[in-house]
Amino acid sequence: MTVTRADTPLRRFVADYLTSPLAVVAGLGLAVIVLLAVFAGQIAPQNPYDLGQITIFDGSLPPGELGFEGFRFWLGSDEQGRDMLSAMIYGLRISLFVSFVAVGSAVLIGLGLGLLAAWRGGSIEAIVMRTVDIQLSFPALLVALLLLAALGKGVDKVIIALILVQWAYFARTVRAAALVEIKKDYVMAARAAALPQWRILFGHVLPNVMPPVLVIATVQIANAIAIEASLSFLGVGVPITEPSLGLLIANGFDYLLSGRYWISFYPGVALLITLVCINLVGDHVRDILNPRMQS
Amino acid sequence: MLAYLIRRFSQAIFVMAVMATIVFFGLYAVGNPVDLLINPEADLAEQEATMRRLGLDRPVHVQFGYFLNGLMQGDLGTSFVHNRPALELILSRLPATLELAFLGILIAVGLGVPLGMIAGLRPEAPYSKLIMAGSVVGFSTPNFWQGLMLIMFFAVFLGWLPAGGRGDTIDVLGIPVSFLTWDGLSHLILPAVNVAIFKMSLVIRLTRAGTSEVALQDYVKYARARGLSPRRVIGVHILKNILIPVVTVLGLETGNVIAFAVVTETVFAWPGIGKLLIDSIGLLDRPVVVAYLMLTVFLFVMINLIVDIGYSLLDPRVRIKGDKA
Amino acid sequence: MTDPVLSVRGLRTEFATRAGTVVAVDSVSFDVAAGEVLGVVGESGSGKTITGFSILGLIDRPGRITAGEVLLNGTDLRKLPESQMQRLRGDRIAMIFQDPMMTLNPVLRIDTQMVETICAHRDVSTARAREMAAEALGLVGIPSPVERLRNYPHEMSGGMRQRVVIAMALMLEPDLIIADEPTTALDVTIQSQILSEVQRLLAQRRTALIWITHDLTVVAGLAHRVAVMYAGHIVETGAVDDLLDTPAHPYTQGLISSIPSAVPRGERLVPISGMTPSLINLPAGCAFAPRCPQADARCQAERPWQKELTRGHALRCFHPLVQGAAS
Repeated sequence: MTVTRADTPLRRFVADYLTSPLAVVAGLGLAVIVLLAVFAGQIAPQNPYDLGQITIFDGSLPPGELGFEGFRFWLGSDEQGRDMLSAMIYGLRISLFVSFVAVGSAVLIGLGLGLLAAWRGGSIEAIVMRTVDIQLSFPALLVALLLLAALGKGVDKVIIALILVQWAYFARTVRAAALVEIKKDYVMAARAAALPQWRILFGHVLPNVMPPVLVIATVQIANAIAIEASLSFLGVGVPITEPSLGLLIANGFDYLLSGRYWISFYPGVALLITLVCINLVGDHVRDILNPRMQS
Repeated sequence: MLAYLIRRFSQAIFVMAVMATIVFFGLYAVGNPVDLLINPEADLAEQEATMRRLGLDRPVHVQFGYFLNGLMQGDLGTSFVHNRPALELILSRLPATLELAFLGILIAVGLGVPLGMIAGLRPEAPYSKLIMAGSVVGFSTPNFWQGLMLIMFFAVFLGWLPAGGRGDTIDVLGIPVSFLTWDGLSHLILPAVNVAIFKMSLVIRLTRAGTSEVALQDYVKYARARGLSPRRVIGVHILKNILIPVVTVLGLETGNVIAFAVVTETVFAWPGIGKLLIDSIGLLDRPVVVAYLMLTVFLFVMINLIVDIGYSLLDPRVRIKGDKA
Repeated sequence: MTDPVLSVRGLRTEFATRAGTVVAVDSVSFDVAAGEVLGVVGESGSGKTITGFSILGLIDRPGRITAGEVLLNGTDLRKLPESQMQRLRGDRIAMIFQDPMMTLNPVLRIDTQMVETICAHRDVSTARAREMAAEALGLVGIPSPVERLRNYPHEMSGGMRQRVVIAMALMLEPDLIIADEPTTALDVTIQSQILSEVQRLLAQRRTALIWITHDLTVVAGLAHRVAVMYAGHIVETGAVDDLLDTPAHPYTQGLISSIPSAVPRGERLVPISGMTPSLINLPAGCAFAPRCPQADARCQAERPWQKELTRGHALRCFHPLVQGAAS
């Protein structure tokens, strides 16, 4: 008689995830991208922000060319002589850093406020949800744009703007899911048994609220990356000293019309691939978690 | 129905009042109000005179009163750069943005709904998978990069279309529109496509999800069992059911389109309110930014209201229940 | 004897699934005469609904009709091109589905749905079509039919919705109506109302009716003949009285015994043991053998074919409970 391993939710999740080869490929791609970003210093052939390493004689070289000192610019160089490949890897790091931190914080805030609203109800819930509604009726990009116009440039300010723009999504989802959970019998029983509120909230309500949050989080990470890129492109995002992929693309705009497309093209492709991977992963995660959520 | 309308309308006014308050006190908190409303390059005596004239030496709540007063009268300040009333400036640029937004949505819906339905009716077919793959790429592509690529391809490499700017305009009812001239259209196509691609991807996904769900419903089978033609079954029975969520989302997205026009207008140098906003931010023309904000708030609130009303008109089940909070 | 309105011969419908081929309907044969009510009885999964759809040609991928003839007034429907089938559906053959809330399109008004059906088959003006629709509604006992036409489905009660569906089926005076569990979703009181309505309407016309149900009691009062289905096969066919009084197939007997009201008070209920088989893993022999109290080795090895027990009473069993003239 064979003994089957315990079927934990995590194992089921992994097993379900593996059913889509496309999502697996996307997931692996994402892992590679994250690794690239984390180990940028070790992987990138050149540190493009070390002024000692670049020279203007290497400026605007097309992809594949050899530079002044024999360094091969696989994806070309920009007008300052910076290696596009390296700039992209560092830019990836900034883009990912900003969005992960922003979304992570937004999740925490959203969790806190959403659980609070659902648990306490009454006027607290009304205030929180009205704020959420008003916030959500305006497009994120616009709010972020205007915020940054007031606050100025800087990585930290971009993160703050993104957090302010995204927390509402999470708060709403968390509250809706928490409400469903709180109305269930076992929570009422736990309350009747005078279990401490912490136990109920964190031990029972929270784990059941996480699946939809996870789904939204993947979408929002993609969103955050896209918004940050757009903001940087428009000139109100990250500063020139810490360029994200969006800023790199902006830099290349002027050279586009003269045919030096690579300065904008390759960072854009990198951005595209990152977002496609995140979206594919997010779609698949949502498909897996959905029927389960209804059960 | 009337009670519902009144409720929604008063909610809308409430939101606008809240926004006006936030804008005013936000600006007040962020910086010296003097700089916000007076040209910082004016000399000291002029500044003081203007301050007195604008009541900026009065306490906050009085200033707020002036602000609201000005709002009601449609006075949102004067642009530093252009020396025209900010509101008038924005309104003069609005038609350009609107025609861009509408053409973009038109393309998105006109192509997106049929493509989504095709993908939804036969989800296993290879062309359906192609459509879906395309839609993922479509909404993953950052808007501005996509615009750049469109320029690169069609304007620089192929040279078929101009790389930016708005074309010749004709006045219709006093409003200059550019889609009625060939030159205008050729300038309009690329930015409109840029706007459309992202929306179209969303529409395709929505329509496909709706279609594949609706196609399995009993009432579709029943319609076929009554001998109705496939055209009628798809075009009326299926379509009407999937249009409801599509229209709702589209309505909400219209606001987004106008907002995201900021990016498209920057890439294509399109003289709409988005470009005006970016320029104004760069030039520190704060009154224009304030005016833009208030106008956008107004537009959004109105759009939300129209969408809600439209939704209740489309879905008869909602109508009977009357009030939707 | 006049030719039957509908003659089904050896119908076989298969579904290709990832787990294998499911034979939902196998060697199904029966006739329905004009003005006759045939009750098709079986549990869920017995293939009765698929049989109904197969007659109408509404089997979608991954299903296919792989064998058999479906003769409507002599014409083999299987050989007709889709455009002609479309003309027949709703006009010569009408179908009534189970849950009217799901079968009426929720976003279209009743008049829209009725008028489009009429106009698809008759060359009449919209105004005339509305008149016909109102007449049909009146016929099924719906009060103020003209006002009702402007209703949406959710604005009506369940019973009224089903009457609308019945009206739509009768409107164009079809030769055959297939009713798939039309009263299952309704309250018992409404159910008996609908049943008596249907009886009354049928008495006026010569429409043939196939009434698909899992409920023998419904069939008992309404049908002239009954066909019992199990695991995709028809196991017994006969006149309703013959079948109910002297069932020849052990499954039919089991069904009758399972009805609580058939068992005298105080006596134990006698359910049929076991479960309906999965249609993918059908046993080699008789599909009912695993649950049959009289099954023997032959039953498990060989699949019984259809035999005539007496005139009009056919059976698919090696050990009939009742002896007949032929064997």
